[in-house]
Amino acid sequence: MSDSRSAHRSRIASHLAGVPRSGIRDFFEIVSARKDVISLGIGEPDFVTPWHIREESIHALEHGVTSYTANLGLLELRREIAAYVRRSYDADYDPQTEVLVTVGVSEALDLAIRALVDPGDEVIYHEPCYVSYAPLVTFAHGRAVPVITRREKDFKLKRESLEACVSDRTRALILNFPTNPTGATLDRKDVEEIAAFAIEHDLIVLSDEIYSELTYEGERVSIATLPGMKDRTVFLNGCSKSWAMTGFRVGFACAPPDLTEAMMKIHQYSMLCAPILSQYAALEALRGGDADMRDMREAYRKRRNFIHASLNEIGLPCHLPRGAFYAFPSVAHLDLSARDFALRLLDEEKVACVPGTAFGDSGEGFIRCAYATDIEEIQEAMERIGGFVARL
Amino acid sequence: MDELLKLLKQNALESPKNLARMLDVSEEDIKERIEAYEQQGIIRGYQAIVNEDQLDLENVEAVIEIRITPERKGGFNSVAQRISKFPEVVSLFLMSGGYDLLAFVKGRTLKETAYFVSDKLATIEGVISTSTHFMLKTYKDQGVLMHTDEEHERLKVSP
Repeated sequence: MSDSRSAHRSRIASHLAGVPRSGIRDFFEIVSARKDVISLGIGEPDFVTPWHIREESIHALEHGVTSYTANLGLLELRREIAAYVRRSYDADYDPQTEVLVTVGVSEALDLAIRALVDPGDEVIYHEPCYVSYAPLVTFAHGRAVPVITRREKDFKLKRESLEACVSDRTRALILNFPTNPTGATLDRKDVEEIAAFAIEHDLIVLSDEIYSELTYEGERVSIATLPGMKDRTVFLNGCSKSWAMTGFRVGFACAPPDLTEAMMKIHQYSMLCAPILSQYAALEALRGGDADMRDMREAYRKRRNFIHASLNEIGLPCHLPRGAFYAFPSVAHLDLSARDFALRLLDEEKVACVPGTAFGDSGEGFIRCAYATDIEEIQEAMERIGGFVARL
Repeated sequence: MDELLKLLKQNALESPKNLARMLDVSEEDIKERIEAYEQQGIIRGYQAIVNEDQLDLENVEAVIEIRITPERKGGFNSVAQRISKFPEVVSLFLMSGGYDLLAFVKGRTLKETAYFVSDKLATIEGVISTSTHFMLKTYKDQGVLMHTDEEHERLKVSP
């Protein structure tokens, strides 16, 4: 009996079958096999975590701080997060009931989706986008509904395009501005229109603002701060990008108490808590890391200016990315798919960029060039890409 | 500080073309600003930061604390400026605290440096006393580490 069952049924849960491996992972394996590659494919800061932040973790370790923390995270850290969110985003959260410390913002996003989605519920997300949004919705037995953002609109999300994607089953909307991989940001007016849309359709907004400290121009508006939005927004952020702390894995979610409680329930039975040493590092980053963050932002801004000017000069048209650390130039006019462009560039010039299709089908015709790499490497990469494009 | 100066302090060899792109201004503008800084004496030179410990030069470097009597008219300045003219003196600072001037001195041999302190420095009118500390090893100089940590390599492609 059991034999015939196993013959018919895959060992792997069926809802996973349709989820492809990340296109990034695929490309990573191709690039890893090569030597002497200049990589513009790395989606994390090239800076090492500032020393005083690392030192705080070392100090904690030396003093035997090796235990669990409260499920929500150290109260001291949650207080500091609330203070940071208040001064930087002008949003008020109660550290006792509305702040949850997670293992990277990735976990926070997973928790938020699982806390909200019943089987068959729909979640709208904008594309091209970070690789995990649609899979996480699928893992929660929901249906991920992409809304395409376009280069002609600088990859901004517009209310008109959202209207076409909403249904009775739509439960939530995921926002990620500044966006990985496009570097797009939203103006206040865009955010206001999206907020009105969310209210009208009674949606919860999951706002992944992990890149918001890397905004180079324009006003930075968190949707959580607009009238009527705090109660329907999960504000997601973390230390990875702002303080070059990707390996520490510290993120946080700020949300109304019922949502925080629901997320905490999943978190407490799965992760239990974020690593304590990382929480102490995060505490130091939030307390004393403003200057580090500013310095890194200024360094990224210069590289952004450089890469934007260079790509356009080379003949790869590129909108000005106003945030994050990615340029997303078009290669559509070159008669090569994004993947072929990236593969040939790797073969012929040893420069790695990620094909836009890793970030959704709408990324066809684009490549992502991360400028979280030192300026000399970016300069060399631009020369090589220039030579490559000239030969095509 | 002007962003241009910050970039030049990081890498004085950066080309005007690259500087122009990074700061989103014209190359001409960069050249003019650098020239102006040079003329105003804000930029006073361009040097490589060399780890001399690796060169087996057998140089002797010392830090000397100097107590001086301020002069009626010139204060500390005239004595300090006089000391600063010696080629052996690499850097010189007026300090708060238990002594007045701190001099970084470089010589070819211990004997040469000792001679400079006893015969030149200590005999200058206005110098009350000196206290000399010889440097043994350089770990960091002008903000640059003199040892290369084994570098941690990031994944070549990540989301």
